Amino acid sequence: MPIPAKLQEYLDDLAIFTDRQDHIEYLIALSDDYKHPDAASFVRIEEKKVPGCESEVFIEAVPNGSSVDYRFAVDNPQGISAMAMAAILQSSLSGASRDEIAAVQEDIVFKIFGNELSMGKNLGLTNMVRIVKLLASR
Amino acid sequence: MQTLEQPIETRGYVHPDKLVSTDWLAEHLNDPQVIIVESNEDSLLYPSGHIPGAYEIDWTRDLNDPVRRDYLQSAEFAALMSRVGANPDSLIVLYGDKNNWWATYSLWVLELFGHKNTRILDGGRLKWVKEGRDLTREVPSAMNSGYPEVNRDDKTQRAYRDEVMAHLETAGKRIDVRSPDEYSGAKLHMPEYPNEGALRGGHIPGAKSVPWAKAINPEDGTFKTSDELKVIYQDGADAHPTDDVVVYCRIGERSSHTWFVLKYLLGYPQVRNYDGSWTEWGNLVGVPIEK
Repeated sequence: MPIPAKLQEYLDDLAIFTDRQDHIEYLIALSDDYKHPDAASFVRIEEKKVPGCESEVFIEAVPNGSSVDYRFAVDNPQGISAMAMAAILQSSLSGASRDEIAAVQEDIVFKIFGNELSMGKNLGLTNMVRIVKLLASR
Repeated sequence: MQTLEQPIETRGYVHPDKLVSTDWLAEHLNDPQVIIVESNEDSLLYPSGHIPGAYEIDWTRDLNDPVRRDYLQSAEFAALMSRVGANPDSLIVLYGDKNNWWATYSLWVLELFGHKNTRILDGGRLKWVKEGRDLTREVPSAMNSGYPEVNRDDKTQRAYRDEVMAHLETAGKRIDVRSPDEYSGAKLHMPEYPNEGALRGGHIPGAKSVPWAKAINPEDGTFKTSDELKVIYQDGADAHPTDDVVVYCRIGERSSHTWFVLKYLLGYPQVRNYDGSWTEWGNLVGVPIEK
């Protein structure tokens, strides 16, 4: 089963960059796509919180036919990487089939951000992937 | 209870001159005698906006040997310092994300090479941003100041594993600055976490648990007062200025923050950072471990 086509497009785009600075600028531009939900429209409860993510990320999945639509809240305004990840996952996985989402591997974190992540940062971003997969499997 | 704006010089630190306030830095943005350096965990932060004129020192690319587990050598350090326009007497002000966690790590490495004229921006990036101060995406030009090559001193502020083993036989104090779950060894058994690269969980015998962030006011990232820090480290961990202290975490970054607090804010003369930390100790064959 292939991963969702839009996620593959992101990965293909990122694979083009050979210049580190260009890669970073692209990720920053993606983080600008993240839309922060206010407290009234997104209730933060412990069950939605991504474990091990110091950027204080919450994820919810709203059923949409046979699939789900994802919503993210990154409460740390310094959490640029988490915002970029949220933007990618929200736009590429919402509406995808549950089988396609299940096919997403945790190593997309390295494909997106490269191998310079600290263990803590890697942990938080990987757990975002784990949670979206878990929510799709329910 | 400290107020958020309590001036640095009134907090009772032994070396208050190792900190600068956001007000001070704002007044010195164009001071040619001041070199500003940002060090973060998140590699996207600096390019997304930084204090005007600040250079970036990246903890992975700039401070570490790319092959061996060690820090950069003399020639690479000289090149790094030349790039940011420093000479051996330059005043370097460091700041960063995570309450200056990575800034103190960079400062510790700078001081291994004898560059002591360093300061930490109290509150770091968090306070600067919260105060709505200017950020820019303009990266200053790389300089070539001809910083000389100097030998790295691995004896005074750094501890290797054999020295920690020897430390176990002394009355010295050891402080584990990781989270309580890492200290107890429970973290290896939490299903949602990786094993942190260590085969065994727990802590070095005799080490007291003082998570690094206890030294910080979480609202604005500033350091707690001397009295508050004494309660944490002296009353709480029985580590006093007369003690030979070794601090450690997972790879030596969080513990560099505690090293800074003990050495400069509380003035402990004998503090070393064991940068091998738990990723080394937790994988060594035959070393003693407590849970």
